[in-house]
Amino acid sequence: MAREMPGHAVPSVEPGATPVKGRSLWVDAWNVLRRNRAAMASVCIILTMSVLVIVGPWLSPYDYAQTDWDNISIAPEWESRHVFGTDALGRDLFVRTLHGGRISLMIGIVATLVSLLIGISYGATAGYLGGRIDHLMMRIVDILYAMPFMFFVILLMVFFGRNIILIFVAIGAINWLDMARIVRGQTLSLKSKEFVEAAEAQGVSTFNIIRRHIVPNLLGVVVVYVTLTIPQVILVESFLSFLGLGVQEPMTSWGALVNEGAQEMETAPWMLVFPAVFLAMTLFCFNFVGDGLRDALDPKDR
Amino acid sequence: MLRYSFSRLMGAIPTLFILIALAFFMIRVAPGGPFDSERSLPAEIEANLRAAYNLDLPLYEQFFRYIGGLMRGDFGPSFQYKDYTVTELIGTGFPVSLRLGGSAMLLALLIGISAGTLAALRQNSRTDYSVMAVSMTGISIPNFVMAPLMILLFAVYLGWLPAGGWGGGAWNHMILPVIALALPQIAYISRLTRGSMIEVLRSNFVRTARAQGLPERTVILRYALKPALLPVVSYLGPATAAVITGSVVIEQIFGVPGLGRYFVQGALNRDYTLVMGVVVFYGVLIIVFNFLVDILYAWLDPKVKY
Amino acid sequence: MSRDETKALAPGEALLKVTDLNVRFRTADGEVHAVRDLSLQLAAGETLGIVGESGSGKSQSMMSMIGLLADNGAASGSASYRGEELLGMPAGKLRRIRGRRIGMIFQDPMTSLNPYMTVFDQMSQVLIHHEKLGRREARTRCVEMLEAVRIPEPKRRIDMYPHEFSGGMRQRVMIASALLCRPDLLIADEPTTALDVTVQAQILELMKDIRREFGTAIILITHDLGVVAGLCERVLVMNGGREMESGPVDDIFYRPQNAYTRALLAAVPRLDEAEIRRLASVAADDAAEKASAEAAGEVITRHEPKLDAAPLLEVDDLRVHFRIAPATVFGRSQLLKAVDGVQLSLHPGETLGVVGESGCGKSTLARAVLRLVPATTGRISLLGDDITAKDKKAMRAHRRDMQVIFQDPLASLNPRMTVGDIVAEPLWTHSPGMPRAEVRKKVAAMLERVGLGPQFINRYPHEFSGGQCQRIGIARALVLEPELIICDEPVSALDVSIQAQIVNLLMDIQAEMNLSLVFIAHDLAVVRHISHRILVMYLGRVVEISDRVNLYERPMHPYTQALIRAVPIPDPHKERNKPHAPLQGDLPSPVDPPSGCTFRTRCPHAVERCASETPALRILGDSLVACHEAERVRAAIDRGVSPTRTAGA
Repeated sequence: MAREMPGHAVPSVEPGATPVKGRSLWVDAWNVLRRNRAAMASVCIILTMSVLVIVGPWLSPYDYAQTDWDNISIAPEWESRHVFGTDALGRDLFVRTLHGGRISLMIGIVATLVSLLIGISYGATAGYLGGRIDHLMMRIVDILYAMPFMFFVILLMVFFGRNIILIFVAIGAINWLDMARIVRGQTLSLKSKEFVEAAEAQGVSTFNIIRRHIVPNLLGVVVVYVTLTIPQVILVESFLSFLGLGVQEPMTSWGALVNEGAQEMETAPWMLVFPAVFLAMTLFCFNFVGDGLRDALDPKDR
Repeated sequence: MLRYSFSRLMGAIPTLFILIALAFFMIRVAPGGPFDSERSLPAEIEANLRAAYNLDLPLYEQFFRYIGGLMRGDFGPSFQYKDYTVTELIGTGFPVSLRLGGSAMLLALLIGISAGTLAALRQNSRTDYSVMAVSMTGISIPNFVMAPLMILLFAVYLGWLPAGGWGGGAWNHMILPVIALALPQIAYISRLTRGSMIEVLRSNFVRTARAQGLPERTVILRYALKPALLPVVSYLGPATAAVITGSVVIEQIFGVPGLGRYFVQGALNRDYTLVMGVVVFYGVLIIVFNFLVDILYAWLDPKVKY
Repeated sequence: MSRDETKALAPGEALLKVTDLNVRFRTADGEVHAVRDLSLQLAAGETLGIVGESGSGKSQSMMSMIGLLADNGAASGSASYRGEELLGMPAGKLRRIRGRRIGMIFQDPMTSLNPYMTVFDQMSQVLIHHEKLGRREARTRCVEMLEAVRIPEPKRRIDMYPHEFSGGMRQRVMIASALLCRPDLLIADEPTTALDVTVQAQILELMKDIRREFGTAIILITHDLGVVAGLCERVLVMNGGREMESGPVDDIFYRPQNAYTRALLAAVPRLDEAEIRRLASVAADDAAEKASAEAAGEVITRHEPKLDAAPLLEVDDLRVHFRIAPATVFGRSQLLKAVDGVQLSLHPGETLGVVGESGCGKSTLARAVLRLVPATTGRISLLGDDITAKDKKAMRAHRRDMQVIFQDPLASLNPRMTVGDIVAEPLWTHSPGMPRAEVRKKVAAMLERVGLGPQFINRYPHEFSGGQCQRIGIARALVLEPELIICDEPVSALDVSIQAQIVNLLMDIQAEMNLSLVFIAHDLAVVRHISHRILVMYLGRVVEISDRVNLYERPMHPYTQALIRAVPIPDPHKERNKPHAPLQGDLPSPVDPPSGCTFRTRCPHAVERCASETPALRILGDSLVACHEAERVRAAIDRGVSPTRTAGA
């Protein structure tokens, strides 16, 4: 009640004549994030990487499936324009790495959106309805949680063939569980917040309560969670591709490239190193951004 | 306690049932069968084969026969390794995987907890930053990337350790796979420990202990460690699942003759019974382990009522 | 008792001498100078009260002395204990003083004990480290000490975990652990702030006994002037890190020299005064308050509500029961009777106060009247309409007549909306066609009325202080010009001076708009200050309803009497001379309340009939009271005989 918190005193607003522009929590968060150098650098790298992955393959004279019969399994060199070298089939590794990046990033984003969609609707429904329905819905999540899902995804891949759509669905289906839990927890705690009660006491409609009071306050957590889910999804896809269960030849992804590289690493280490660096760097950056966003948006600090 | 354990056990049974059912029916509705590669077989022989594997019975009956077999520890015969039952294959593969996974888990707990605690005690120091940097690396570099890189460095270039094989579980064969498997878990556990330790050290009851003039060692070991480790205890379940999943690739990369390798081979060869057997076996293992972790947590936390 | 290291104090020598103590914190927003040039002296066995509002530096000054500042804090100056300098003392040496020579207890007994260790495990550590005792000896000593702080069945309870104790019992355990090595100084930082008032009275009594038995000097840090008046010999008033004034308790209370001290004293509502004096607001931060600050202390003549008019709100036999889900699959669900048969009526322009300790169901009552939780049985009617069972849509029309103000000022405002939008939202809901310019004008006018300029309209809640946030909440409640506002603990989270501002504001607005208020609080003095009539609740039931004068002068129900006795009055003479017979025990669990009269387990006058028969609310004198024995108890008190069974074990 009368606890002292040195350094956390809220400076009361100085009166002035004209309406002052307020600092919203988003602006506050942005200010915190801007000072986080690792996170800002990561954002830049991710953006550069995305542009490179989209534009890059067009800049190279080679196609990702094209075999250069004169340059099979060569180390990186400038003269032949194979800047990352070629693989055992003479395919240009630069184009393949960027092309693999396209697939990896795309799967990362699309599968995250799938899990976001399922997770938010499921979690928000359970959290907002509460009671028995919530209990039942969460019990289902608990049961699903206990499943060794990676094995099921592998089974799916094996028995239904390697299909990129299936990868999206399968990965999204694993990840929505976490999202549902987080969203439900947040909704539940928001629902008992006094400002929501105040809105109910005013007679604000359920739709407007969700629109004005619940969703904007959920967004922070969701944003943080999305940035942390993307690298997870990329990781799962790479894992599948590494086992030879992901995308199919001649299409590729970072995981598949790492797998090929690992098999040739004694003779052609560049085949391992380039895709590995790209993959690791992307995961690094997403994790840094996620951590930075968590620090910036974490409601615990407020 | 007994009552609590019992009620938790009752909660685990439907999970187990759903697990088995899901695995069973998913495989059965999948297109393509185990004998697809031998399409030239005369119809009569294929029918006999199907009968031998009970594939001609109605689906539900196959399911109940399968469950009945599981009760007796019988996972059925392998489709691919025709001379072995799945139970035998699990019996040979699992001890290897257990040794690998168990060592990785122990290593991860040991290093993760001490590094996390150290980082928390010296928050914002150089030690803290290096622990956090290493753990970020562990989280961001997947083990199937780390493993080949480690082989490249320590086996190919430096020649210190063997590049693969199991060598009957000799220590020098174990080092690389165990580290590769443990690394992501070390990273998670150290981050988790650091976070919760920092929170506990800020708590009022630690302030009380300090105000009572207790030595810092007592404050940390007797007052702070147990609550700080509770999140790690609840992470043990997911960690086990992650280590099991990770062992699949690690065994593949290092050529370790464990269960994970059987699983990948079985998956690529459409060995229904073997794949099912491994999924069910690991699923049961994870569920049982989660159950034990629950009990352990309840035992450690006096606030959990049972 | 090993006192070998400590030499006896020379006559006149101070036990603790602090000179020019400064505490600074490095923060992201620059340096915070939390304590400035503080000096004080404490003789052995003396009790000093340090009073101040939050941020006054009262806790930090003590923490810095015993080396418990946060990592970003630094102390300079001098603090000597028995001639030994504490600041800069090596950690190991300081540790031998801390907990052994100087004991400390904290505000929140719920979190200050380690929930993962039994009481014995954590208490014994102190003896093991400071006195090198073995476990068996330590156990004997711990049990003795628990007995000394009056924990029942100490031999059994010592092996229990803190969560198996009530709040008051935990604070006793805290005190016992602090006293184990018989320190000669006990620093108590807001020791009763988190406790209910009847439990607070028990703890304060205990501290007096300890002082008598052990001769311990006590430094009591608190925001509550009443607590200081009863317990302390000397008082030091702090504000903004500085000492405002210090001296013997009578001087501070009866002859305050400093303006801040005077304002602080005048900001506290007095339970013992029949007239209502306007409360002083110490930190007047707007023009309206500054103007009215001069009026502080003036006796207010309030307009009395017309009691013959039709009541605005009527509640009849309201019950709200919750089913608590079982902890395990095989557990049985339990019924929590949060509100169990409440009746009340409220007239236009009237303020009805609702008091009771935590868990008595007062907040649930508010939520049920607002139709935020469904009533199990009973009837609620607003302006003559029965609203008990109206659906959401039908209810909306009634909502504009009935608004709410909550306890936590910041939590009751959506952090993602601007202040303007927050105040405008009721208008959007109830007058969807209103032009934007008009909405804006109304919002600006309303903000101005509650003492915030219209220039704040685009700001966000986190940019305001607690008091300002509460004003925004009031503006939101008022913007529809409702008939009734339900205030659920509106000032409990605020400092005394801010509390005074908000109470003044509510009273002004009520007079202006002829509002009816339901004012819920646990602080009887505030409730009495603002209310015309007061309803006392205990475990979901009404035990007494009476007008504000009568309730204090002729309380009928034994619980009301105990409650009034327990409230500390900021007047040293009255506090010293009032009968100290704190109510024993804790509030029973509302899940499993006692049969018959729920108060009987703590009632000093309970007879056999109380266990079997639930007393109904009946008229007695000018009050409504639910007690079988009310006449007998009242008559005994009037004869001047204390009917109380010997309290204080």
